[in-house]
Amino acid sequence: MTSATATGGSFGRLEPAVPATRGRRRSIVTFVAVVAIVLFVWEGVKFLGGVPWREPGALPGSPVLWNPPFRWAFASDLKLPHVWNIALALGQPWQRGADINLAQYLFGAAIYTWREAVIGFAFGALLGLLLATIFVHVRLLERALVPYVIASQTIPIIALAPMIVFAIGQGVLAVVIIATYLTFFPVTIAMIRGLRSVDPRALELMRSYAASTAEIYWKVRLPASLPYLFTALKISATASIVGAIIGEDTGAIQAGLGRVISTFNQYYATGPEKLWTAILAAALLGIAFFSVIRAAEILVLRGRPEAAAG
Amino acid sequence: MSITPPQVAVGESAAPVVRLAAVDKVFSRGGQPTTTALEGIDLEIARGEFVSLIGPSGCGKSTLLRVIGDLVPPTRGDVIVNGKPAERARRDRDYGMVFQAPVLFEWRTVEDNVKLPLEILGRGASERAARAAEMLQLVELGEFAKHYPYQLSGGMQQRVAIARALSFEPAILLMDEPFGALDEMTRERMNSEVLRIWERTGTTIVFVTHSIPEAVFLSSRVVVMSARPGRITDIVTIDLPRPRTEETRESRRYFELVTAVREGLRAGGGLEADDATVASAERTLAEGGVR
Repeated sequence: MTSATATGGSFGRLEPAVPATRGRRRSIVTFVAVVAIVLFVWEGVKFLGGVPWREPGALPGSPVLWNPPFRWAFASDLKLPHVWNIALALGQPWQRGADINLAQYLFGAAIYTWREAVIGFAFGALLGLLLATIFVHVRLLERALVPYVIASQTIPIIALAPMIVFAIGQGVLAVVIIATYLTFFPVTIAMIRGLRSVDPRALELMRSYAASTAEIYWKVRLPASLPYLFTALKISATASIVGAIIGEDTGAIQAGLGRVISTFNQYYATGPEKLWTAILAAALLGIAFFSVIRAAEILVLRGRPEAAAG
Repeated sequence: MSITPPQVAVGESAAPVVRLAAVDKVFSRGGQPTTTALEGIDLEIARGEFVSLIGPSGCGKSTLLRVIGDLVPPTRGDVIVNGKPAERARRDRDYGMVFQAPVLFEWRTVEDNVKLPLEILGRGASERAARAAEMLQLVELGEFAKHYPYQLSGGMQQRVAIARALSFEPAILLMDEPFGALDEMTRERMNSEVLRIWERTGTTIVFVTHSIPEAVFLSSRVVVMSARPGRITDIVTIDLPRPRTEETRESRRYFELVTAVREGLRAGGGLEADDATVASAERTLAEGGVR
């Protein structure tokens, strides 16, 4: 927490080694490269062991463009649709006679899910912060309760979700509670660590100023813990979306990605691409939420030496 | 406060800023006393004095500093600072602390680091800004106010720590090997710097070091300690003229005094003894003592 690297020597100003923008540009390049590799492997498998290739969106019986040398069961069009067919499905009406296309439909569902996730995330983060603050200040409660906090996460959410829905009834509240449940844990654990990550000499310094426990918390412990908080929030952001989707599914919410995924799952045989687009939407939603937290992290931790990393 | 601090002998002139009487410090683990870090410490420090505590590692000099600053309670004995018990003095914000590491808060700019104690003392925003600017001027870092600590060198960071410690005008500045992590060149420069600041502010300074030349160059008195248990074995009055400059380091009297301190250390067994037990106890304390 301190800049204790008392290297001395030069009285001149030391610049940060790597400008942050170069690191960011590199990570974008890496991301694009990974997506390209995934697409290449996906279609490569179909090229070697899929069913005969036809024109995008063509019906069975249209001319064969390429006949793969092998026939691997997992590479069939039902199990592993062509990426261009998945892309084309996005532009089609989401169901027969619908007036919006699949992409628009998924976007609306993702926003709905995201709103539930954000509320659950906010509650979970606050709950985690509150628990960690209590545990760090009251050793007895830490020893008594932390085992239960950990045990709470060993119960599969699939088992717990129906019980929550049963206890408080179907509805958005149940979804939010499930998202909260998945969110508070990483924050609690990381913040117990983060709030203790203070240099002991910084505490001596605060003692020499006769600072109160509250002042030490707000001026030293909390700021020192922020890198830990953001690491936890990035985990929690994606977990809250998983929680919301599971909650929507269990709670029979008529909107959101959870509903979309279970519907498209039922009709998988007639439109495998649709389930893949829903999975894609859920993944993009997770990445988007993660990126929002990351942006907040860069903003809040600017000026700190490690802010440019991770 | 005078510009040229008086060369006071013990008990002379006004009431001492620090008075230690028969102070013992015994560290214990699980109720069992394990290490006697300090034994029978009697010491008086007059207003405006610059006193160095010197001794081998493990002689309890850092513990003594922390006992004066009420960061560690003594096992026995009295610690009176500014005529009141040390705890009261701490609550009255009579102490400025500087450690071996700068202990700057990396999320605060240089300026905001200097303002921190003033915030805790509840000073107004305009006063905080004015004091911070003044203090940074004093340590010649005015133009670095908006920088973050990691953008500064180790020596500059330590000057920020000194500015922060002086920002609320504490009666006494406690420095625990503040330049121990710096290279020799920077260290000598920082020595001159701290002398200049002391002469300008008139603050009483208690300075822990294990460097004999540093102690002699800076101090009005050097308190020599021995290890196992930590005791005061000698007090050498440094009568070098002020202001002290680079020429002081080459004067005959300077070498005589360095020799006197070295002999004091040797007489106390200081130059061979190295009590690892006390050293590790002190470290444990420094790392976890006030958690």
